[in-house]
Amino acid sequence: MTRLFLALLVFPGLLYAVPMGWLMLGSERKVVARLQGRVGPPLTQGFYDFVKLLAKAPVPRAETFLLTLLPILAVASTLGALALLPVGAGGFTGDLIVFVGLLEMAPLCSVLAGFASRSVYGEVGATREAVLGISGNVPFLAALLALASAAGSLQLAAVAGGAPWVVRGPALLALLACLPVKLRMNPFSVANAEQEILAGPLTEMDGPRLALWELAHALEWVVLAGLVAVLVVPGRGGAFVLVSFAVVPLLGTLAAATARFKIDQAARFLWIWAVLAAVLAFFAAMAVRHGSL
Amino acid sequence: MGVLEPILLRLVDRARRKSAWLFHFNAGACNGCDIELVACLTPRYDVEQLGIRLEGSPRHADILCVTGPVTRTTREALRTIHAQLPDPKVVVAIGSCPATANVFAGSPVIDGPVDRIIPVDLFIPGCPPRPNAVVQGIAEAIELLVAKGVAQ
Repeated sequence: MTRLFLALLVFPGLLYAVPMGWLMLGSERKVVARLQGRVGPPLTQGFYDFVKLLAKAPVPRAETFLLTLLPILAVASTLGALALLPVGAGGFTGDLIVFVGLLEMAPLCSVLAGFASRSVYGEVGATREAVLGISGNVPFLAALLALASAAGSLQLAAVAGGAPWVVRGPALLALLACLPVKLRMNPFSVANAEQEILAGPLTEMDGPRLALWELAHALEWVVLAGLVAVLVVPGRGGAFVLVSFAVVPLLGTLAAATARFKIDQAARFLWIWAVLAAVLAFFAAMAVRHGSL
Repeated sequence: MGVLEPILLRLVDRARRKSAWLFHFNAGACNGCDIELVACLTPRYDVEQLGIRLEGSPRHADILCVTGPVTRTTREALRTIHAQLPDPKVVVAIGSCPATANVFAGSPVIDGPVDRIIPVDLFIPGCPPRPNAVVQGIAEAIELLVAKGVAQ
């Protein structure tokens, strides 16, 4: 129990993840700026944005309750997912399922918030987020399942250490392809396409509510990069932090180098290439289980 | 709270100074001022290094940048959008049109200048103003924003 609280509140939870999330947001913007020949914002930008938004007085509106509840739910569940990463404290049987469930809460909340805000832009953004969420989740979950089946366990710690590299390689490729989808970055920034639908599902969020959404986004960065790190170096501590931070320039470069897909192109890319990698991982996992590899 | 409060307030001031988000509203401008405002975000001027960002939604913004002399069709939209910015907020009028209605003064389709419709905190003159002037104006607007936050 103490270990779970420690994981939730200290590492890899609140105390580590919140500053790390802001640092990741800041360095992503910095990487994009440098590649565009600009100086870019300071690394602490995420922190300043959060504090400023928290101190704003939102305009009163009718749907306050739901629109306040959803970002709180998103932050809480993403923190929960973080606590299940097998660094520091150990997991429990079946934590992969809980992990995926908690991880998927934040996008689901954002879809609901888009519809609840009753804004046209919010609704269009929420629809796109839902479509992309489904397309992205098929290879994401398939890759995780392949890993779990190769390791013969639904425990994240066992999965991270247990799957051989024939399975882990293609599974990691599939997961990496899904990362920009889940973080709503180029070329998959379809749901928050600012030139066409303003801020997508978050168009009508303001003040502290928007601050919480930004925090949830920062935490999503830490979880997803952390998941990659856990699978690359299934150890604990320092290597985890380093590898998860190395994901940031990778995704930043991709975002700066690409334009935005149309929604159908994005879905097709995922259904062909990411699913292909996941299927490869699956076949490798089957071969491993039947002893032919 | 007693000891923490001044520290927190100073932190909020600093955050406001370092992260001003703009919302750009074209109230019938000829696109000249709009181009100069967007030029501030390009590599040459790069206001993002000051934490300044152009936002798509007025609810996210701290500073409302208005260009154009306010035509009849944009008047109500301008009022609505101004009401949607959460406090503290600052209104910056960019160019000669929002300040005086410029050559359109007296036209039956013009309801401006802007300060007849919504309160304006800062005017950046010019037709169009150079990006340097826009950057300077926004820097002054940020100081106004911090002062308003303190008053609040």
